[in-house]
Amino acid sequence: MRVVGIETEYGVTDPGNPGANPILLSSQLVAACRVWSGNSQTRWDYGGEDPLMDLRGMRRERRYATADLLTDSPEYSDANRGVTLRRRRGSWEDPAHLNAVLANGARFYVDHAHPEYSGPEVTSAHDAVVWDVAGDRIAAAAAAHMRAEGDDVALYKNNVDGKGASYGTHENYLVSREVDFDDLARRLMPHLVSRQIVVGAGRVGLGAYGETPGFQMSQRADYIEAEVGLETTLRRPIVNTRDEPHADRRKWRRLHIIIGDANSMEVPTYLKVGATSLILAAVEAGDARLDVLALADPVAEVSAVSRDLALRHRLRLASGEEATALEIQRALITIARDYTVDVEDNRVIERWENVIDPLGRDPLTAQREVEWVAKLHLLGRMRERYATAGADGQRQLPPWDDDRLRAADLQWSELGTGLAARMSAAGAVERVATDAEIEHAMTAPPSTTRAWLRGRMVSERSDIVDAASWSTIVLDRDTEHGHLEVLTLPDPFVTSHELVDSLLGEVTPPLP
Amino acid sequence: MPQTTSSSSPFEDDAPEPDAPAAPTAQASTDALDSLLDEIDDTIQTNASQFVRSFVQKGGQ
Repeated sequence: MRVVGIETEYGVTDPGNPGANPILLSSQLVAACRVWSGNSQTRWDYGGEDPLMDLRGMRRERRYATADLLTDSPEYSDANRGVTLRRRRGSWEDPAHLNAVLANGARFYVDHAHPEYSGPEVTSAHDAVVWDVAGDRIAAAAAAHMRAEGDDVALYKNNVDGKGASYGTHENYLVSREVDFDDLARRLMPHLVSRQIVVGAGRVGLGAYGETPGFQMSQRADYIEAEVGLETTLRRPIVNTRDEPHADRRKWRRLHIIIGDANSMEVPTYLKVGATSLILAAVEAGDARLDVLALADPVAEVSAVSRDLALRHRLRLASGEEATALEIQRALITIARDYTVDVEDNRVIERWENVIDPLGRDPLTAQREVEWVAKLHLLGRMRERYATAGADGQRQLPPWDDDRLRAADLQWSELGTGLAARMSAAGAVERVATDAEIEHAMTAPPSTTRAWLRGRMVSERSDIVDAASWSTIVLDRDTEHGHLEVLTLPDPFVTSHELVDSLLGEVTPPLP
Repeated sequence: MPQTTSSSSPFEDDAPEPDAPAAPTAQASTDALDSLLDEIDDTIQTNASQFVRSFVQKGGQ
């Protein structure tokens, strides 16, 4: 499969002190994560980022960029192939932006006012789930360390606070540079809009502020305002255009998708990545069948689909015809089937069909796999329990803005003890990964990408690793030239590097 | 937009009847849900409003 990575911004609170500064809490959490990981972590190397490069070909001038777009350091330098030397400088690390690059190849850091886990590059939907859930457990372990030190903290894997704020769960897909970006955005759009019925995490409240009582499929739908664009914090687009491939720019784009929900169940994460990757293969092949599904008004359809719990809304197509989200997903499965190349891809198709079919019969029967259905079912049972007798003697269910329902929606995604975690522990939801796989992935990198080099260097040679990023490993060791050595890894698929292999070979095995 | 406000089903009143009885796995989930609902009852009745009010986040990406 293609190279994929998932980033998660967690909601963060101090339960005993609602006014606590979230940036400080997030910094403390990253510091606690460093303690949790022992010596197996390093700093982030800001050397090679270019967040102002737009996939559409232009580069935004720095003075026109809002501060939140400036995710790189002022010392931007072009990355060269192989090893380059870099002048030593003082510690450039801003304590307000603590970073930890972990032994599993991930980055754990403070993004805006949230702790973020950016999973390592993986090459299958299954591995995407394993290293995504591993991130949740790392964050939970860091939180446990913080609490042990007397600082209370709670983390939530959701995307909304119900008061207007939204924070993201982003998918990144390596896509061939040869695909025209406008074609890419247009042909992927019908999938991104209709897949909500499969991958939505469910949300109590309609509108950006939850101002209208109700339940909808997607956490994120009400915060999407544009089809295509560079911004991620305002006027959020369905397809983001940031062109920062973290790889050889001549060969690849990194498609950054910000419309997705944070999922507390494994099947949605699996299908989010697996199905989208197969559709991208169809896009790369220029499959014109995708054009038939083009939507007349994609942005409006995002929230229309999200609110259509009976799955009957007919989306208007650019052709003038209409189709339901289920029909569009079925058509996409037919197309995706032609791009399966291995057993793993076939499993994705099988799971995808096994979710779409029950959704089409009776959504409730998909409650073990589809997160919005599982949440809606649990909250529906709560409403039955809390029903009261109305003036006319009829049974009255509590309205959707009842605080008990809103609280349960938030507590659904709490890391460790949330309702979704408890449903999983009770065997009420389908799993994709095993606990043993996830446990392993907390401290070990995937072996199919350059994360394999990064993660092992971090865990085994932290004595000489100064910093790392997606495409670099910076070494600080005794040399004649006296400079830092920057290893650049522009190929995400590379799992072997002469210098790294020799350095890892030098490690003496730990004493028993 | 049609929303669930009066039906005892979590889905809309006019939602289609299932073609077939729910799968056996759904029944097993229901049993697991009952004890979870009991746990929720114990905590959520008293704390819900304050918890919802105090859950405030900054916007992110």
